[in-house]
Amino acid sequence: MDLDALAGCLTSTACLVTQGTSGFIIGMLLFLVAVGLTLIFGVLKVVNFTHGAFYMLGAYAAFTAYQISGSFVVALICAAAATALVGLVFERVFISRVYGASVLMQLLVCYAFVLIFDDVVRLIWGPEFKSMGMPDTFQVPPLFIAGGVVPPFYLFLIAVALAVAALLGLGLARTRLGKVIRAAAHNPGMVSALGIDTGLIYGGVFALGGALAGLAGGLAAPVRSLTPGMGFSILIESFIVTVIGGMGSILGALLGALMIGFIRSFGSIGFPLFTDGLMYVFMALVLIVKPTGLFGREVA
Amino acid sequence: MGGPSFARDCAVAVVALAVLAILPFTVGSTALLDFVIRCAAFGLFATSLNLLVGYGGMISFGHGMFFGLGAYAFGLLMQRTGLPLPVAFLATLVINAAIAAIIGAICVRLKEIYFAFVTLAFQMLIHSLIISWVGFTGGDQGLRGGIPRPPFLGIDLSNHTQLYLASCVLLVVGLLLMRQVVESPFGYTLRMIRDNAYRARFLGVPVWRMRLVAFVLAAVFASMGGVIMSLFVSGAYPEFAYWTISGEGIFIIMLGGISTFLGPMAGTVILLLLNDWVTRLTDHYGLVLGVVILFFAIGLRKGLLDFAVDWVRGRRTGLGEAPRDA
Repeated sequence: MDLDALAGCLTSTACLVTQGTSGFIIGMLLFLVAVGLTLIFGVLKVVNFTHGAFYMLGAYAAFTAYQISGSFVVALICAAAATALVGLVFERVFISRVYGASVLMQLLVCYAFVLIFDDVVRLIWGPEFKSMGMPDTFQVPPLFIAGGVVPPFYLFLIAVALAVAALLGLGLARTRLGKVIRAAAHNPGMVSALGIDTGLIYGGVFALGGALAGLAGGLAAPVRSLTPGMGFSILIESFIVTVIGGMGSILGALLGALMIGFIRSFGSIGFPLFTDGLMYVFMALVLIVKPTGLFGREVA
Repeated sequence: MGGPSFARDCAVAVVALAVLAILPFTVGSTALLDFVIRCAAFGLFATSLNLLVGYGGMISFGHGMFFGLGAYAFGLLMQRTGLPLPVAFLATLVINAAIAAIIGAICVRLKEIYFAFVTLAFQMLIHSLIISWVGFTGGDQGLRGGIPRPPFLGIDLSNHTQLYLASCVLLVVGLLLMRQVVESPFGYTLRMIRDNAYRARFLGVPVWRMRLVAFVLAAVFASMGGVIMSLFVSGAYPEFAYWTISGEGIFIIMLGGISTFLGPMAGTVILLLLNDWVTRLTDHYGLVLGVVILFFAIGLRKGLLDFAVDWVRGRRTGLGEAPRDA
């Protein structure tokens, strides 16, 4: 424990800016993964345990697409498209068979795919750590904001994630498709009685969730090292985010992700050995005070 | 407790123990004895998980933490305190019960999928504590230097045959105790809570407290499995507390069947055989295991022993699939 260092950081603007942005990027990546998880749960009532694997697949897809095309934007699009496709196929072929089955079955099917995807990645890209490196566009000197160092790529990452959050929120609240999705989450029987193909919506939501996780993986590729199994820790963290924010709530996912991001970035200064532990302590506190999460409506 | 079913269970236990005890003197193959010891460790773990999943309807995805904690607590007690082995064993169970009571108090209020993931999150917390607390647990190297096994009451667990016999006794006694738990009024209350928690609460059952008791009991039996494992490998490793142990536990009880008491035991034997066989043939263990899991989850939709029991009952009554009460 190093509370002096934490106090020192909190009183220096340079450190606040540096740790703040690093908290922001952790939070934004987490948000992209967690929002897909929460969306899939809200509509399909399935907790997609393979969501971390989508993040991993997105990162590897971006890695390969960047090596071939040399363009980071193309890499991001490829990552999102690839994981959307995987998500769609996964939902239609496998998950759709265990709707209404016990949670145990859903967990098992997902567990099987976590094992399979990790091994497939190991087969295609090899078991060793891979590093994509910073894309050429962003190989520029870092910005100095109030004395803190901020790489431009971080700002790009935050901007993309915020744009996605805004699009998603507006799309669900305002568009006809958004209304249909919310209706399907509320009462799928009625929606299908009104002549809307709920299977299509389920597949679509799963593809959207997969694309968001893949996008997060692609965005993370330049700043994280790639390894089979990299999806698991982000899965646990994004689950913690959805528990804190409340399952099915997009705003909850955003705020929960940012809280976890800041806990991790500032916690690593104050409690270097117990950074993970802090998250769990925070989650336990939220669960004790409000078992449905901060923005959850469903009774847990 | 008591009654004819208790007498029958005891008889089965005695016979099973006798058969297991004869093995080293008839077959005598070390590989087979090692296999049985591993079955004892994972069998206790899986059956205790089934107390929660099969009887309590509480799908814990973090049950492996108690397997790991059992191994670490026992190993650390033996290495650092010099307590006699049976005392360290009992102390391990008490420590696990205490930790399970704290974690359970937070978790058992939650609905199924939340329960699954919050238990998983606690498992990852325990795992990250083990990894980061290097001075105490040895970090990612695990507890090294061997676990001392001083002889007690004329029993010397550093002797392989005696370790084997001790594991068998722990397994059979553990299973017998768990059998008594699930056949007791408490066990039937647990089933009622699983089937309809609202009705149970309406009838005045303290649902929360019953679930917590089940959670603590299951943790204690899981830690017995962990103790056997730590004695077997003479150490404790972070993998014992990793989430994959919980995943394997869920798969084991699914493989064997959750509605039959001995289903998890059958699942353990099958998974360990599969495990040894697959790792000998290929490096892509996850791929093969994943496909096998899919076959069970989507194809068969129930465990092998459940499948067999249903089939036999169906033949007996001539009704195809017979309804069951377990």
